[in-house]
Amino acid sequence: MSTQTEMSSELSKLTPVLEGIGLVKTYGRVVALDGADFALYPGEVLAVIGDNGAGKSSMIKALSGAEVPDRGTVKLDGQEVTFTRPGDAKAAGIETVYQTLAVSPALDIATNMFLGREERKAGVLGSVFRMLDGSGMRRKAKEQMSSLGIGTLQNMGQSVETLSGGQRQAVSVARAAAFGHKVIILDEPTAALGVRESAQVLQLIKNLRDKGMPVILISHNMPQVFEVADRIHVQRLGKRGAVITPQTVTITDVVAIMTGALQVPVEEQTLGPVRVPAKTAGPIKTGLEEAAG
Amino acid sequence: MVSETTATSAGYDAAEEFLGRQSGLQRLQTILHGYPWLSPASVLVVATLIFAFVAPNFATLGNFGTITQQTAVIGTLAIGQTLIILTAGIDLSCGAIMVFTSMVIAKTAMESDLNLPGGLALLLGLVVGGLAGFANGLLITRLNLPPFIVTLGTLGIFTSLTLLYATGRTVRNRELAPELKWLGKGLDLGGFTITTGVLVMLGLYAVFAYVLRYTAWGSHVYAVGDDPDAARLAGIQVNKVLLSVYTVAGFIFAIAAWVLIGRVNAASPNSGIDANLDSITAVVIGGTSLFGGRGRVVGTLIGALIVSVVESGLSIAGLDQAYKRLAIGMLIIIAVAADQWIRRARA
Ligand SMILES: Nc1ncnc2c1ncn2[C@@H]1O[C@H](COP(=O)(O)OP(=O)(O)O)[C@@H](O)[C@H]1O
Ligand SMILES: [Mg+2]
Repeated sequence: MSTQTEMSSELSKLTPVLEGIGLVKTYGRVVALDGADFALYPGEVLAVIGDNGAGKSSMIKALSGAEVPDRGTVKLDGQEVTFTRPGDAKAAGIETVYQTLAVSPALDIATNMFLGREERKAGVLGSVFRMLDGSGMRRKAKEQMSSLGIGTLQNMGQSVETLSGGQRQAVSVARAAAFGHKVIILDEPTAALGVRESAQVLQLIKNLRDKGMPVILISHNMPQVFEVADRIHVQRLGKRGAVITPQTVTITDVVAIMTGALQVPVEEQTLGPVRVPAKTAGPIKTGLEEAAG
Repeated sequence: MVSETTATSAGYDAAEEFLGRQSGLQRLQTILHGYPWLSPASVLVVATLIFAFVAPNFATLGNFGTITQQTAVIGTLAIGQTLIILTAGIDLSCGAIMVFTSMVIAKTAMESDLNLPGGLALLLGLVVGGLAGFANGLLITRLNLPPFIVTLGTLGIFTSLTLLYATGRTVRNRELAPELKWLGKGLDLGGFTITTGVLVMLGLYAVFAYVLRYTAWGSHVYAVGDDPDAARLAGIQVNKVLLSVYTVAGFIFAIAAWVLIGRVNAASPNSGIDANLDSITAVVIGGTSLFGGRGRVVGTLIGALIVSVVESGLSIAGLDQAYKRLAIGMLIIIAVAADQWIRRARA
């Protein structure tokens, strides 16, 4: 009983790691975000679900610097931040797997993984001649792949356009997992994956969570969402429609909320944190973190 | 993401092998995809062999020296063009920038003009070329205009600036400061005469082959040309990269201006009329994709050499130079068609 109260008092003290307040984003006449609120708490897995066009991708783009919202605020650890480009959010430790994957087809796997944060050779070659440490980056990329259990990608010098959709998704996920040290955002990361590969991404999400890393997962796969999410943010018509937990709502109800068939009372639209973050929170060892800093 | 079971993996291999056997053409496609300079290199070898066969005086050391000298100006200019085309851009004004810069260098060093020391005039030329490239880049990135339109406009601007500045007058050999003629100096290597201009061109090729292959900037140039959206989301500041590419290209055009003065031993507002398009020809024949993100600077050198070889071969064989236009025109179309085909390759 006492642990229960301890837990709830601990939960009530939590500040969101990443928060969006009243986000508005329009594309011409299309209103993608219509005053959307969003909160991700420390150490949790937050699923974001919603119909196509509900503004899920637009929201995470506004949170990760890929798009600048027309209005609204973004807070990181309670502090207001302005991300004007993806590099700003990356510098703050927010890594994103975009729905479009954002990999460069003509470049190889290692170059893609280290794009924008390349490592140079030691000594004069690196400092004066700016020579990249190609073999070092390929080795680290390989290590990262194996640590994530990605066995089908052997040759890190292989160009990405020769990969299948699932393999490209793997590259994108591996890159995010390697460099994210604050928040990891996954926008439909399993859309192009088979059953076993999806299961592996799910396992990766659980591993990250167990290390204290907060994860945002956008997915259409309800069984997956219900298996891994602590809370579920339902996006509807460019706004937050509801926040629920897999324990209190059934998949059928969730679908009804998504489509608007089931109305959610206003007081239930802002469910607070439910998970006490893992104690090991902090930099996650992935073998690549020197590159991130 | 998952290691295949033995059964499916074996089945996959078998299918792959079957497909591989079915089409040697596909294998060729894959090879050319990995080594885009292979096809221009074969064209260069074949063209050289044909001319060596039909024109007895073609395959001499002396003539090969002449061919490299004829390549120097366009070859240098085309390095800048390659950088720009790798970003999926195009520069129609590069020749005009080169000629304008050559006039600035030659005139400011004239006794009757500013009488700058030759070295200083060259430095000024570098600044002018760099600024011209920077201006192109600024218009493309800040106004978000297509490179084709921007450089079509600046082509007109730089051409008319040249005419206004030069007042229709050529700076002749004896009016040129000695430093400006350095790149025309020949070095005789036992019948094969190479000029310092050719050496400068080759040096620049080496530098940019290195930069594109081994530096972060090089990767970013490819990434921006390959998929600018993906590059941006990966954290690359696309406009910064583009601006740097157009500026660096401007510097290269200024060096090409110096090579040009050395080559023709004069600076004329009417020289290099065809240089704009010739540089694009060299890049395209050299296997660099006009869609960006794909190509090698060494391919451009080969492309520029092909043009010179065809030119020289036809003239030694006593054939009309009109055939050169025909041959190069066909090569351009074949090269772009081949690029389209190669881009469809999947290993
Ligand atoms: N770059 C864009 N240009 C124009 N409209 C866009 C753009 N991105 C998204 N939209 C529109 O905004 C709305 C929300 O899209 P999105 O955020 O991708 O939804 P979701 O990810 O939930 O499917 C859709 O109507 C979509 O067509
Ligand atoms: Mg989406």
